[in-house]
Amino acid sequence: MNALASGGHAPGPVIEIRNLSTRFGDIVVHQDIDLELERGQVLGLVGGSGSGKTTLLREIVGLLRPSAGTVRLFGQPVLDPDPARQRTLRRRFGMLFQQGALFSALSVYDNIAFPLRELRTLDEAMIGELVMLKLAMVELEARHAWLMPAELSGGMTKRVALARALSLEPELLVLDEPTAGLDPDRSESFVRLIRMLQMALGFTVVMVTHDPETLGGLATRFAVLADQRIVALGSAADVLAVDHPFIRNFFGSGRAAAAIGKAAA
Amino acid sequence: MSLAAIETVEQAGGLQVLLSGDWTLATMPEPLSSLEARLREIGAGAKAWDLRPISRLDSAGAIVVWRAWGRCWPAALAVSTEHRSLLERVVAIRVERKEAGSRAARPGLVFLGEQALAALDHFAGLLGLLGQGVLDLAYLARQPAQIPWREFSANVYKAGALALPVTALIGFLIGIVLSYLSALQLKTFGADVFIVNLLGISIVRELGPVLVAVLVAGRSGSAMTAQIGVMRVTEEIDALATMGVSRSQRLVLPKVLALAVTMPLLVVWCSAAGLVGGMVSAKLQMGLSYAFFIDTLSRVVPVANVWIGVGKGVAFGFLIALIACHFGLRVRPNTESLSSRTTTSVVTSITVVILVDAVFAILTRNVGIPF
Repeated sequence: MNALASGGHAPGPVIEIRNLSTRFGDIVVHQDIDLELERGQVLGLVGGSGSGKTTLLREIVGLLRPSAGTVRLFGQPVLDPDPARQRTLRRRFGMLFQQGALFSALSVYDNIAFPLRELRTLDEAMIGELVMLKLAMVELEARHAWLMPAELSGGMTKRVALARALSLEPELLVLDEPTAGLDPDRSESFVRLIRMLQMALGFTVVMVTHDPETLGGLATRFAVLADQRIVALGSAADVLAVDHPFIRNFFGSGRAAAAIGKAAA
Repeated sequence: MSLAAIETVEQAGGLQVLLSGDWTLATMPEPLSSLEARLREIGAGAKAWDLRPISRLDSAGAIVVWRAWGRCWPAALAVSTEHRSLLERVVAIRVERKEAGSRAARPGLVFLGEQALAALDHFAGLLGLLGQGVLDLAYLARQPAQIPWREFSANVYKAGALALPVTALIGFLIGIVLSYLSALQLKTFGADVFIVNLLGISIVRELGPVLVAVLVAGRSGSAMTAQIGVMRVTEEIDALATMGVSRSQRLVLPKVLALAVTMPLLVVWCSAAGLVGGMVSAKLQMGLSYAFFIDTLSRVVPVANVWIGVGKGVAFGFLIALIACHFGLRVRPNTESLSSRTTTSVVTSITVVILVDAVFAILTRNVGIPF
């Protein structure tokens, strides 16, 4: 798409999951999952309630250790035993949590500045300019910088959380239900915002969502999680070609078919 | 991934600066301030800039370059359209500073006044909570079916029954220590038998109530503030209100009443444990028999002291729960406020307990002291 995305990086998939299994006690959540995601792609992970989508997402970012199998990001194991390597790796991706997970005691400005300050190499003036740039990027105004998270509306919380996730210029953005809790209008504008930023900055995206509009508006690749494994993976056409009850249900509904069909076209 | 590089080329028109490689947060050499200074130094005599060889430029890189230019466009610039639009976004940044002054040092008198006003505000809040409690009681007296018995008994169990082991342990240990240390002193005066008077009056009248109050403030008071505070943060209190459930009737009143009922019982329990500890220690240290101790105790400690201790228990329990609920309801929806309110709640209730204890001491100075 542009020089940003392709520029001088080691080749190979951004996300590489091999033989991943997850068990909680006797409950098997995932069994032998394999997944790869190339640079610059937007993967939409769908599946029924309780199919372990969010669990898989937490394993991808290293918040949860899978029972078996490995997750590699940028070719490195995400649960690297070396703390310094792990920290470097974790700075290369940003995560947008479902409820935003903003630090409630810090203002919007300090929330976005937090990861930048953690680098300990930037001066405060530089941080200030970067924060304001990120705010402008997510289409918020400078005066919003001094609000506290409790004073934000749902849509603004998501935007601030996105700005914080993007503050270290990540190569991978992980989204957990990016539009849950937003009304259709805001949800649409948030999807448009993410897509615009993705085109401009060229990062890779993996997201979990229930919302067909979000999925159709953003994803270039789809993975369907059902029966403890990934039953379909690929473009919209590839996924629709697979015969599985969940896929018939989810993609069979008029709304979903229209949204995904747009993406496939 | 290639590192950010700077080159200079001598040209007909003068010096030209060539930037190449990745100018991103991850690839620029640290610290950025020295990179910026170097760039500024090299660029000082330059006529033209060529940014086309840059493979990746992110906003941090663009800010470094823009600042090195002294925040104005160079006379001659060659740059790709993408990177130019990024630079233009950087140019458009307006850093809005928070209006200063909120943290500025204030003169002592203003500070004192603000503190006094804050204290007054809390006092008014407590008074309002108390008034609401009286109104709730009047309402419940007319509507006995609405009395929150379940919440009341749950609070009695949590603040009372579960506190029995720890209060007994603390009381027993303090009794032993007090008895042991007093015995050492009394022996030198040959006043061994007065250990019973000393322990009886001090534990029943003073130590039992205050010890229990400090324990309960730390144990139950903090829990009450944190519980109501989290319910505020998660909007559970608002949810209750929309269901037509009064927060003062369902949350505050049962806590205050439960603690006012439980505390005197805990005081009696703790004082008894303290006396047992003192008795055991007196037996081991001075050979005072248990029968003698118990017999003397009932003669030298007027029963009025027990009533004073119980009365203090009621007052302390009432105050601790009221203060805990007041600060819980003042929690603002963030984690910092939750922690500071919980701290303030415990510190305030212990301070108030000590103050009220002093008032009790003055008011009852002629009661229950044998001459």
